[in-house]
Amino acid sequence: MSTNTIVSLPDQETARIPKKNFLTKENGLLSWLLTRDHKRIAILYLITTTFFFIIGGAAAALIRLELLTPTGDMVSSDTYNKLFSIHGIIMVFFFLVPIAPGVLGNFLIPLMIGAKDVALPRINLLSWYLFVIGGCFELYMMIFGGVDTGWTFTTPLSTHYVNSHVIGAAMGIFIAGFSSILTGINFIVTIHKMRAPGMTWFRLPLFIWSYYATSIIFVLATPVIAISMVLIMLERVIGIGLFDPTKGGDPLLFQHLFWFYSHPAVYVMILPGMGIISEVISNFSRKRVFGYTAVAFSSVAIAVFSFFVWAHHMFIMGISTYSALLFSLFSMLVAIPSAIKVFNWSATLYKGSITFDTPMLYAFGFIGLFTIGGCTGVMLATLGMDIHVTETYFIVAHFHYVMVGGMVSAFMAGLHFWWPKMTGRMYPESLGRLAAVILFIGFNLTFFPQFILGYLGMPRRYHFYPPEFQALNVLSTSGASILAIGYLLPALYLIWSLRHGAIAGNNPWQATGLEWQTQSPPLTENFTEIPIMDHEAYDYAWLERQSRDNRREEAPSAE
Amino acid sequence: MNHISPVIWQFPVKWMTNFPLFPPEASTIAPQMDALLFFMVLVSLIGLTVVVLLIISFSILYNKKRHPVAEQIEGSILLEATWTIIPLGLFLVMFVWGAVIYFRVFTPPANAMNIYVVGKQWMWKIEHPGGQHEINALHVPAGRAVQLTLISQDVFHSFSIPAFRVKREAIPGRYTTVWFEATTPGTYHLFCTQYCGTNHSQMIGDVVVQTPEDYRKWLSNSTSGVSLAQDGERLFASLSCSACHNARPNARGPNLANVYGSRLTLSNGQTITADEAYLRQSILNPSQHITQGYAPIMPTYQGQISEEGVIALIEFIKNLNSDYRIQQTLNTTDLPPESEGKTPPAAQAPAAKAHATQGRVKK
Repeated sequence: MSTNTIVSLPDQETARIPKKNFLTKENGLLSWLLTRDHKRIAILYLITTTFFFIIGGAAAALIRLELLTPTGDMVSSDTYNKLFSIHGIIMVFFFLVPIAPGVLGNFLIPLMIGAKDVALPRINLLSWYLFVIGGCFELYMMIFGGVDTGWTFTTPLSTHYVNSHVIGAAMGIFIAGFSSILTGINFIVTIHKMRAPGMTWFRLPLFIWSYYATSIIFVLATPVIAISMVLIMLERVIGIGLFDPTKGGDPLLFQHLFWFYSHPAVYVMILPGMGIISEVISNFSRKRVFGYTAVAFSSVAIAVFSFFVWAHHMFIMGISTYSALLFSLFSMLVAIPSAIKVFNWSATLYKGSITFDTPMLYAFGFIGLFTIGGCTGVMLATLGMDIHVTETYFIVAHFHYVMVGGMVSAFMAGLHFWWPKMTGRMYPESLGRLAAVILFIGFNLTFFPQFILGYLGMPRRYHFYPPEFQALNVLSTSGASILAIGYLLPALYLIWSLRHGAIAGNNPWQATGLEWQTQSPPLTENFTEIPIMDHEAYDYAWLERQSRDNRREEAPSAE
Repeated sequence: MNHISPVIWQFPVKWMTNFPLFPPEASTIAPQMDALLFFMVLVSLIGLTVVVLLIISFSILYNKKRHPVAEQIEGSILLEATWTIIPLGLFLVMFVWGAVIYFRVFTPPANAMNIYVVGKQWMWKIEHPGGQHEINALHVPAGRAVQLTLISQDVFHSFSIPAFRVKREAIPGRYTTVWFEATTPGTYHLFCTQYCGTNHSQMIGDVVVQTPEDYRKWLSNSTSGVSLAQDGERLFASLSCSACHNARPNARGPNLANVYGSRLTLSNGQTITADEAYLRQSILNPSQHITQGYAPIMPTYQGQISEEGVIALIEFIKNLNSDYRIQQTLNTTDLPPESEGKTPPAAQAPAAKAHATQGRVKK
């Protein structure tokens, strides 16, 4: 075994991908479109979210190109506004929210808790269809002219003033919201009811804890975005006047409703990432996560606190100064569990036996970017500072650090970590490490200059900007082109690995989770017999005993 | 370096010579905001350094080559408490510090001079009490507290002056206020920071800070000759408001003199302070609040008066509290008096002069 990796692959000469697995069970398009297998649904999600990521990414590329110069010389202002609206809507509702639950959650939750499938397999498939139908509305909206409200749909701009496809966009989000709700319900029921014998709550991998917290947010918050979208449509179609001050309505009410969903949704976009990081850090330092209970409960704490911070998006909008005080305080409190997690991950490394495989590099990147994103989040939650930096590029940089730097790094860590389980093959390790480093560098080059731009006062969503901001914008755009390589490279080598990657075997990482104790790719039923959990999570001693026993069993037969 | 094309060369030269990394500090609040920023950046840097150092040093000390077998450690309540309490303490310091600045920015001093700002797609209309109208520009004197009263006539806008570290949302149907005291004469950026439609990025302008003398010159050169209150008085007459609000004993509407700032008792027994928001509501949606003793007969003026018209009417009603004609004649060309309502000693002398002027006219 090499000293800089823990990968242990079976003998490539004799190893074969198991003939019977969930990928080969049935063939044909219909076997995929009508599947109830959580793993196949996860693959469907992977394909569709990647598709939406490409659209959102293309919009981002055009935005960054346009911002190379202070004047609008590539697209018109209307087109620019549509580009950032589409970028926001697609990336938030059709990429960041569904990727972690849809892809990794679906694939791993039943495997990790030792179940054959999620509790409600048909509902699971329905979630995917709702997501796709919602996505089709967005595609329709984009093809027939786009929308220019920004992803926040601020009233009365979205209800009375813009003349683009607001209803199509709102309808798409409304429908995709049900996908989130059903996925949330499904996960909660699965985690409560489908755990293998012996899998107590405190033996669950931390991944499951964070997905459980995510599901709570899905179920409680998503109905509110559905309500707000319906109200937008009603206001546009029949003019009920709820957000129209001339009819006695309150335009600020919409923002309360919108952020009541969208702030918790921010945690939907980071909590699963935290779960992934816990798994990865533990595995590549060969240690149980430091302070398991603290990390587990901090996920739940984040989910609970996230419901009491929404008005920090409205500090300058004339809400009562005393309510602003409360919301600022709660926003500070929600940062505490995040800090606890970061310190626990760092402490997990202590006296570990660390290797630097690709998922670990992404995880280190995550910790760095998430810490910067978190610290700047506290700055934004600070009342006085928020006045100056809100609605500027500072806030753009902040949420990209958390949602892109954080969540996408974590997702890439997870995708690389579980890729051998999903496909039965390894990705090329050195290219993987290279891509992780490129992503980190490209990301910082793109978004760090935006903190400076924001403090200088450059407003977000600006098509034209004063010429003295150009140097930093050029820096940001050049960083974005490096970042793009950081996304393209994995896409290419992961596709390559589907055919040419080394055969992974059941447990290439020597990881402890139940998902690694079955074949890769798993059977449709996941396990040949339902496993019995007789040890704690991250029990590397148990794994050692297990493999010793296996070797003893194999040894006589080999002789 | 002669062979490098000057066309290409001009870009790095331009960027390096005009490459700000920190915004100018041009108001009294700006240094306070920056101090808070430096504190938070420092705390963040220390936190980030601790995390990065932990990761790097553990990666060196405990990598697989050096430390082939991991030691299992369960966790530590003491450590958990440490990294809960220390960040909590620091966050609470930031919270209190930030709250102090927030209250400062949104609580104008009593002697601030008021300027009205109306946002619309896609321009800023500035209404000075002296009748100076500006578009996408705001002239203010240095060393004097200025309060902005903002409203939008269509969608949400946001009035941002980065050099002052001050920003406030202009909301349709509702007045918001913010104040600042500019310190350094110069021209600064004015941005709309709330996305407001097609030309959002061109809803920009200049904030011109002038010395008090220059500002006085600017006031007298740019006045329309008719103060906001006089504008309001005209509107008051042309909309026939005076048919009911005429201060006669049998008038159908309440007498409006001294209404502004007073506590009114409504027909439902509630009491309410007659501020700008109340006056605006009473013009546009009169049936919502009826003063005790009067019948709800006033028609709505929704859709008949522009936001500027409402502002002029409010300014007129506010000035009914004082001998406004005399003061406003002055204010079209001079700095408004230091405090509202009461006549400060400084303003009395010019007022006397004004009497003299009027006397001359009568002759």
